[in-house]
Amino acid sequence: MRVKPKLQLLGLVLAAIAFAATNTDSFAALQSAPLEVCDSSIPPTEGAGVTGIFSPNSATTREIRDLSYLVFAICAAIFVVVQGFLVVAIVRGVKAARAAKRDPAGSSREPVQIYGSVPIEVAWTVIPVIIVFVLGMVTIRTIRNIDLTNPPDGALEVTVIGHQWWWEYRYEADARDGITRTIITANELHVPIGRPVWLRLESADVIHSFWVPRLAGKMDLIPGHSNAMWFTAETPGLYLGQCAEYCGTQHAHMLLRVYAEDSAQFDAWRAAQSKPAVEDATVAKGRAVFTQYACMNCHTIAGTSDGMFGPNLTHLASRDTIGSGFIDLTRANLRQWIADPDTMKAGCNMPSLKLADDELDAVTDYLMTLK
Amino acid sequence: MTTTPAHSDPARSDPESSGGASTERLTFWEEATRWTLSVDHKKLGLMYIAAGLVFFLIGGVEAAFMRLQLMKADAGIIDPETFNQLFTMHGTTMVFLVGMPILLGFGNYLIPLMVGARDMAFPRLNAFGFWLFIFGGILLYFSYIGSQGLYGAPSAPDVGWFAYAPLTSRTFSRGNSTDYWILGILVSGFGSMTTAINFIATILCMRCPGMKLMRMPMIAWMMLVVAGLVLVAIPVLTAAQAMLLLDRSLGAHFFDPETQGSAVLWQHLFWFFGHPEVYILILPAFGFVSEILPVFSRKAIFGYSLMVAATVGIGFIALGVWAHHMFVIGMGPVLDSFFAAATFLISVPTGIKIFNWIGTMWGGRLRFATPMLFVTGFIAMFVIGGLTGIMLATVPMDWQLSDSYFVVGHFHYVLFGGTVFGIFGAIFYWFPKATGRMLDDKLGKWTFWLLFIGFTLTFMPMHVSGVLGMPRRVYTYEADRGFELWNMISTIGVPVQMAGILVFLWNVVRSLRKGEIAGNDPWDAWTLEWATTSPPPEWNFDRVPTVTSARPLWDLKNPEDPDAHYE
Repeated sequence: MRVKPKLQLLGLVLAAIAFAATNTDSFAALQSAPLEVCDSSIPPTEGAGVTGIFSPNSATTREIRDLSYLVFAICAAIFVVVQGFLVVAIVRGVKAARAAKRDPAGSSREPVQIYGSVPIEVAWTVIPVIIVFVLGMVTIRTIRNIDLTNPPDGALEVTVIGHQWWWEYRYEADARDGITRTIITANELHVPIGRPVWLRLESADVIHSFWVPRLAGKMDLIPGHSNAMWFTAETPGLYLGQCAEYCGTQHAHMLLRVYAEDSAQFDAWRAAQSKPAVEDATVAKGRAVFTQYACMNCHTIAGTSDGMFGPNLTHLASRDTIGSGFIDLTRANLRQWIADPDTMKAGCNMPSLKLADDELDAVTDYLMTLK
Repeated sequence: MTTTPAHSDPARSDPESSGGASTERLTFWEEATRWTLSVDHKKLGLMYIAAGLVFFLIGGVEAAFMRLQLMKADAGIIDPETFNQLFTMHGTTMVFLVGMPILLGFGNYLIPLMVGARDMAFPRLNAFGFWLFIFGGILLYFSYIGSQGLYGAPSAPDVGWFAYAPLTSRTFSRGNSTDYWILGILVSGFGSMTTAINFIATILCMRCPGMKLMRMPMIAWMMLVVAGLVLVAIPVLTAAQAMLLLDRSLGAHFFDPETQGSAVLWQHLFWFFGHPEVYILILPAFGFVSEILPVFSRKAIFGYSLMVAATVGIGFIALGVWAHHMFVIGMGPVLDSFFAAATFLISVPTGIKIFNWIGTMWGGRLRFATPMLFVTGFIAMFVIGGLTGIMLATVPMDWQLSDSYFVVGHFHYVLFGGTVFGIFGAIFYWFPKATGRMLDDKLGKWTFWLLFIGFTLTFMPMHVSGVLGMPRRVYTYEADRGFELWNMISTIGVPVQMAGILVFLWNVVRSLRKGEIAGNDPWDAWTLEWATTSPPPEWNFDRVPTVTSARPLWDLKNPEDPDAHYE
């Protein structure tokens, strides 16, 4: 029953180091490099794998980050004090036990029994009360500051609808911006920088959660229960995230991509999206395949079909990805996806229609023209 | 009585007088029948703990498979459906079939012994509760072979341990695996309720002469509060599960948004159970710490009455914090603020406990036998879990961190670093009482350090991956997000933990046969269970003891300076 205080200490030091790894400074260091990558004007589709909460790019996430630094600091201080007392108590207690062992008269006696102390106990009740009061006030202030419940003036309104396992975005017709018809797209959200974006969150099936950590905290999309959130992206770039509420088999592949663009770029994108689908006579065979088989039951291509169950494909080829953000849109990938989506995204709701090779080629070529 | 460690004193080791152990040899079937038909609180308690440990191994293997898959991005070892079943079964198992039965098992074993009673108030009800738990657990796991449904329906529940509606509806959860989840937990929930009734009746009505409420061992207080929480929380879960069963089987619409049911209602009902459940899982471990720490510090618990007040306070506040699991459902600023404030408030009594434990160690003579190592580890780890809890209660931080791996790290610090370390401390501490033999201390220390290092390797990096934006419950993740390193470290911790568990199992097997004879009171402790033989006779005490303070054996051992003088 020999005591090993050094091992004890080592353990606590290890724990402390590990805890320090979760502390603000090391995070700042971790995050600073990728943050710069995004700030420089690298094309939005490259790099930008950063989803950390300490690389904010909106006023709200910056406020959350600052609050987090404060809370981390308070918790780190509490950690140091409490574990410090624990370590001192251990060291002293072990020494006392050794001293008692050496002293034959002392070893038979127990140490002085202390049953408590009202002043000390009051102190360690009152001090935490003060700390949590401060934390509570700061938290409530931040909740009120961020105020998710009211759309800011001049916000761009987008309805986000969660599906198993993809995202639908609807840009409502907006007379102010000269947009006369609703734009429906999927999986890649385009937003202007410097203008608040007001997201109405709805779900077509189960609960999902919209989480792009650099732009906003997460908010659930709940069927039968309307939620909303907003953010204002500050710099152009691609902001990544993913569904944060378990929503079934392919929860892991329900990725979010938010393209923040300057207003000229954004307007151009929106103008392109509001056009009818490209009609190209050279791919008429592919269009025929699309309409003859079940594709059209689930997918809308404006002017061709109006299925609602799957993503709107009117401007599919203008996107970077398919499969909700985790497969690059290339001809080969798209062909494999149509041939059998299950090989790329096991358990997804799109069936394989068992098309013949020439049909596959034709329909893939057709879809690739839908800029 | 002397104060030297008594287990090294051969004069005390008298196996012949070990009351319960009869010398006749029974066949396996006679022995099995004796245990199966028993209504003895000690046998039931041990069976609870043993069954809980079996489920602990199963749940651990499930976790190991998950870590294997998450070791690197797109590992492709386990398919998504299987992975989703693994985390559902892991969570459900660890909460309902490991944490609760082991802790209730300790309550069962210890309460009558520690309050000086001969058995629980309702022994038959006690046995009934145990067998309901076993049946519920088997029902849940039977889903792996018995659950059949439509083509493509999963064989085991895959809706997550909190089973959010409407993912649990017939539309999104085909087949009947979710029904197995409902029924298995519902059945074992009734078992927990009967046990809670027993705890309350025993603690309130069957204490030995002289044991006023404020002289009860801390663990009895903790178990009393836990029993109260079980009685308030579990029926809510049971009702919600019954409603879900109606939804699924009879076309009711409680949680079905298509027909004006409410998906949010399920969350409220579930977390109204779910948060008290967290305290149900941690308070008994607080009790273990409060019993073990004083004995190995050779001091009375610091601030007994404040500890009691803090326990009762936690019990009440625990009922008012549930919606802090729901800060991302859009409750609005008023409710968000209320539940944040309530959650901050609960850290005050929790902090009091930690300070009082350190106060207990302060000025003591510490003896780091294995139980003490585990409870000290408990305090150090629980502090971390508590502090990350404060971060999650800070609503705007929760908007970022909720449902991320940060949360997984947080609650494993509470439930593994806290509850499981507490359970191991308790096993090492009370094993000699239950079996008459000591667990090996050297192997015990190996177990502790392996578990401690493995645990830190596995769960500390999860805080980082969460902050980097990794959501929980994903079967894989993108390679370019910086998650890989942290997930790899997490996975490396798994074999270290497994080694610790294997050493522990070997220790149990070996010590049951060859362990050092314990004697009645190997730790030179102060509560009543050490006044009887190891293992205790079926009737616990030859004479019902009379006590004069919270530490009856201290008074006996130190007649010149009894606690009774200070009350």
